[in-house]
Amino acid sequence: MKVGLFIPCYVDQFYPQVAIATLQLLEKLGLDVDYPLNQTCCGQPMANSGFEKYAKGCDALFTKNFAQYDYIVSPSGSCVLHVKEHLHDDKNPAEAKHIQSRIYELCEFLTDILQIKDLDARFPHKVGFHISCHGQRGLHLSQMSELVAEDFSKPGYLLNMVKDLELIPLNRKDECCGFGGTFCVSEEAVSVKMGKDRVQDHLQHQAEYITGGDMSCLMHLEGILRRQKSPVKVVHIAEILNGSYA
Amino acid sequence: MHNEHIIPTDHATAAEVFLQDEERANWHDKALWFIREKRDVATKQIPDWELLRETASQIKQNVLGNLDNYLEQFEQNALQNGIKVHWAADAAEHNQIVLNIIQQHGIQKLVKSKSMLTEECHLNDYLLENGIDVIDTDLGERVVQLAKEPPSHIVLPCIHKRKEEVGELFHIHLGTEKGASDPAYLTEAARQHLREKFLTSDLAITGVNFAIAETGGFVVCTNEGNADMGAHLAKVHIACMGIEKIIPKAENLGVFLRLLARSATGQPITTYSSHFHRPAKGQEMHLVLVDNGRSVQLGRKDFYNSLKCIRCGACINTCPVYRRSGGHSYHYAISGPIGAILAPNMDMRKNADLPFASTLCGSCTNVCPVKIDIHNQLYKWRQVLGEEGYVPATKKQSMKAMGSLLANPTLYRIAGKSGRTMMRLLPGLANNKAMNPWAKQRDMPAPPKESFRDWYLKNKKQHD
Repeated sequence: MKVGLFIPCYVDQFYPQVAIATLQLLEKLGLDVDYPLNQTCCGQPMANSGFEKYAKGCDALFTKNFAQYDYIVSPSGSCVLHVKEHLHDDKNPAEAKHIQSRIYELCEFLTDILQIKDLDARFPHKVGFHISCHGQRGLHLSQMSELVAEDFSKPGYLLNMVKDLELIPLNRKDECCGFGGTFCVSEEAVSVKMGKDRVQDHLQHQAEYITGGDMSCLMHLEGILRRQKSPVKVVHIAEILNGSYA
Repeated sequence: MHNEHIIPTDHATAAEVFLQDEERANWHDKALWFIREKRDVATKQIPDWELLRETASQIKQNVLGNLDNYLEQFEQNALQNGIKVHWAADAAEHNQIVLNIIQQHGIQKLVKSKSMLTEECHLNDYLLENGIDVIDTDLGERVVQLAKEPPSHIVLPCIHKRKEEVGELFHIHLGTEKGASDPAYLTEAARQHLREKFLTSDLAITGVNFAIAETGGFVVCTNEGNADMGAHLAKVHIACMGIEKIIPKAENLGVFLRLLARSATGQPITTYSSHFHRPAKGQEMHLVLVDNGRSVQLGRKDFYNSLKCIRCGACINTCPVYRRSGGHSYHYAISGPIGAILAPNMDMRKNADLPFASTLCGSCTNVCPVKIDIHNQLYKWRQVLGEEGYVPATKKQSMKAMGSLLANPTLYRIAGKSGRTMMRLLPGLANNKAMNPWAKQRDMPAPPKESFRDWYLKNKKQHD
């Protein structure tokens, strides 16, 4: 099994420790992981702004970088969903299709493909889990609060394997944090208010850390926490599962 | 009347104004979330909720695919029942038809129960300009009418008003005690006030929730019974409906009536589900079938199924953006996510901001009782608006530049490195609140010295 690691552009630039944790975790699980050196972005910022046409260059580059792998894994539900739903490559449609059927968000890759049963990780803290919307309602990483269906949570299943980690409950288990890509600046007031309300839910339940599968949402929540001078920290789920959070 | 309530520019600006009173925003959010939670509980109390949604969606799919036939069948049966049927191509025609009926009877004042279609057509303004006094009889609608505002929500028209504000309005207009805000007291005052209006009105306008092709009858759902009070007491009843309100059979009501109130408010059913088939003796019943952009929307492959909407408001209640920006920020008769996919069909230029008033979180799609893929349509409207030139040029240019940069790995790495270096050397610039909207209320992430790729080349590549 040859795995291609897709690291979203903003993680590459701002949160290298998240990418390192993802890589180390996959390697610890015995996988042969490649990081294609010429990768950039999934194209979502342009597409979500109404300009899919300006994402074509990104799409072609993405196809070129990842077509050769059995699986493509990424520590971001949002970028993975974007590729799954919107990757277009007119010159290489079969390759693009292959990628779309083979790309996985980290947590679902661990639970559905690797089907791991245990992890060597400890995190002795009270942790709030923020489920990001694209992972939740796009990739169905856990049961959605709006639907009448069986309860399950792939990230929750994984976090339960971590020793001494206490997962706190939330009043609104899958409310959007308000990041929303360019929404975070074009609708700054609503975005921040949504983020403040999410943070408050975690604080109210005594979270020491807020974790999640998308660093973009966590970056937004972190920005609010820092501005509020809160001691609460954000940490990507890959860092917890890898046991590498320092 | 509605024109007096001027909405400031676009959604983002109006939302910012709404959020200046954070305590009110918190209360607004909680009030709507309470209804969302009531809806969740109600959906779990009957078997096969998800199957019911799917069934409703498919019935509407069939309706939209055969709308012409169903409309003709409906008209024929309605005519046979003795209902006078009118067809209106747009809002202006609709308003003209209604005015003509009113004037033919020499009527100066009338009562109207809730109808989002008449809001969409701005009927009240039009009738007032023509010297007709319109009294909205839905309590919430009466409140916003007295406040000279449009409804901020399709099911809960005055959800943005606190009881104290309602008390003040009633003190001014209905003579209730100054400072009184007890809901029971205020409701009783409204009831007495409206009763007099019902008794003295010769004409009643209602909306239509469902029109049944096989019977030529229609159903109006209310919780206050105000549609019935108006229609039964008046000599003339005019029902106004969008052409998409058709359902094929009476038995389909067993699906839609179960979905409607549960989705809207978490009630098992609306207090009144009134079935109208024919005028009572000595009465006249008119039905106005209105297109007003619907057949254009029906022709849009990516957006036609927005016409499945039964106006329950569930997507509005669950929308985290709506709850924190208020209905008026959408500057369209129908607010929230469903409004944001209907409004651009009516006027792309005017409503180009609305599909962007969303994080695309997808909660709207999940609560929709007829399974409209609302958030996907928001995304697709963005593409249409971008293509048609309705996205601001500055945004277009920056996206074009960003697209080129991100398609080129070398440029991306240079930009990333220099960006991080700038942020480290000049943190004040990145955190400048005036220049960077991110930083107004949020800190910037601390830029690391090396990217993941730098680390990878140093630590991993040599071992390969």
